[in-house]
Amino acid sequence: MAKVEAKTGLAKTDLLDALREMLLIRRFEEKVEERFRAGELPGFLHVAIGQEACAVGVCRALEEGDVMASTHRAHGHTLAKGTHPNEVMAELYGKQEGCSHGYGGSMHLYDVERGNMGANAVIGGGLPQVAGAALAFKLRGEPRVALAFFGDGATNIGTFHEALNLAQLWQVPSVFVLEDNKWAESTPESQHSPLRDLSKRAEAFGMKALKADGQDVEAVYEVAQQALEHARSGKGPVFVHLDTERFSGHYIGDPQVYRDREAARELRATRDPISLLRERLGVSDEELEELDAEVTAIVEASVEFAKAGTDPAPEDALKNVYA
Amino acid sequence: MPELSYREAVRDALSQAMRQDDDVFLMGEDIAEMGGSMGVTHGMLEEFGRERVRNTPISEMAVAGAAIGAALQGMRPVAEIMYEDFMTLAAEQVVNQAAKHRYMSGGQLTVPVVFRTQGGAGWSPGAQHAQQLEAWFVHIPGLKVVFASTPEDVRGLLWSSIYDDNPVVFFEHRTLYGIKGEVPETIEPIPLGKARVHRDGEDVTVIATGRLVHESLKAAAEAEKEGVSVEVVDPRTLQPLDEETLVASVRKTNRAVVAHEAVTRMGFGAEVAAVLQYQAFDWLDAPVERVGARFAPLPFAPAMEAFVVPHAETVLEAIYRTVNKKA
Repeated sequence: MAKVEAKTGLAKTDLLDALREMLLIRRFEEKVEERFRAGELPGFLHVAIGQEACAVGVCRALEEGDVMASTHRAHGHTLAKGTHPNEVMAELYGKQEGCSHGYGGSMHLYDVERGNMGANAVIGGGLPQVAGAALAFKLRGEPRVALAFFGDGATNIGTFHEALNLAQLWQVPSVFVLEDNKWAESTPESQHSPLRDLSKRAEAFGMKALKADGQDVEAVYEVAQQALEHARSGKGPVFVHLDTERFSGHYIGDPQVYRDREAARELRATRDPISLLRERLGVSDEELEELDAEVTAIVEASVEFAKAGTDPAPEDALKNVYA
Repeated sequence: MPELSYREAVRDALSQAMRQDDDVFLMGEDIAEMGGSMGVTHGMLEEFGRERVRNTPISEMAVAGAAIGAALQGMRPVAEIMYEDFMTLAAEQVVNQAAKHRYMSGGQLTVPVVFRTQGGAGWSPGAQHAQQLEAWFVHIPGLKVVFASTPEDVRGLLWSSIYDDNPVVFFEHRTLYGIKGEVPETIEPIPLGKARVHRDGEDVTVIATGRLVHESLKAAAEAEKEGVSVEVVDPRTLQPLDEETLVASVRKTNRAVVAHEAVTRMGFGAEVAAVLQYQAFDWLDAPVERVGARFAPLPFAPAMEAFVVPHAETVLEAIYRTVNKKA
């Protein structure tokens, strides 16, 4: 008898929901770019336009109680993990109402209540902590999983290798999600890694490695679910390799002198996760416009919320240094 | 009162915390069967098992980072970093992560982790196995820093460090593991941020840490024979620092020597000297003297090593300089 594959995919309503969420993240980040260029946002920012399916697909597969650690490109992960756009936008404006109360900023988005243990501005910085969080779950016998996002650039740093080695050695319930956009800031993968298949790095530790097209939200969801189930059932950590595309520069304002403009345009035309899903679902222009209007209103409202937010008092800088 | 060695006192604090609290566990290189390179965790594997006395790969970033991650989820891990020199490898996780998670999250997180480490010269370990790097970590807001010099202190301070909700870098001194001292019958937690006056005196205050506490006590005994009355104070916690006790002592004696084994230049003593000149300026009858290692990596050959690091005689000379007395 043929083995019946467990149905792990998403129903059409879920896919429509995923489309809406990806579009919300896209419009949110476009708005962030716009407000940054208008001089309203302090610091500097990294958007993940083009990588929305990774954030949405993975975070949909996470369960209540699971935790994740993000990267310097954190807006999408944070929104997909359930933080309200108002709170993310308020953080980017440095307001008390922000998800890190104005202490973090774009690269340090936290939402502990929703299982976001923090975005990290040090490449690979969160990876050993994910192994440690998973160790805590294992020691306490809790059916929870800790998950790390990171990019291809992070696979060259020591914390990546030390964390994967430790996680595999100790068989802790963790998932390591590589968002492989083929760029480490301005350096292409061919200049930063001797390997073209970065999964081999995980396999070298004996870790189970899965791959999916990071522009296909359903494929991402399925692979993430499989990985999480494996980790949760005590079978050890999983490496998830998502092949994705960064349409934007490394940071907002990056002139991308290192990048072939025609190739970048081509990627946008053929590999946009939102267009791909929309076509697959047969969403009409009118339906999309309606959806777009809905998420755009949410984004606009988040800017209003943020601007009306409370500026921290300068001396608040001395709070929260110690518990 | 029972007597314990400094090593046994560390072990006792760890063991008692682990007996009463499942959230406390240990991780580090060679801490299981071998009992750690300094024998501190000897026998703990047998009592607590491999899940709670975890041997790790030689991966300081992962040891520190995994301890932080477990702490973020409510455990109270104690990570052993075999030598202070290797804290440089763990530094990214300690400095950028442990120290800042609470702050960057706007107070959402606590990081109740202890990084135990040790170092110290006197046995020719060479330049990469005995540095005293406490000043590096005192400089980082968000970290607490402890440096204990006696069995009683190391036990009571480690206990408080384990139950502190902040990351604590806990320094032990290699040459003190064998010293013995009386300890209370049951563990008495010593609050972080309280100095200890080891010896009362009238003429000079020596503020010393680690091995130099003992060297300073020897120097004080010598000075007494020459009619110089020396007070010896150990801050014990370098961050937070008990400025009140240090300043009160110097306002009483009007002279101060700060002494540590770490390199003098930019050492912890520089900060203490600055605190004293500001808060006790009108009371000082002599410049604050600083005692520390000369500005060189630790050499291997015993004669060179002994020349680089300070001893009781070095402290005594500094004491005499403050009272214009010839040694």
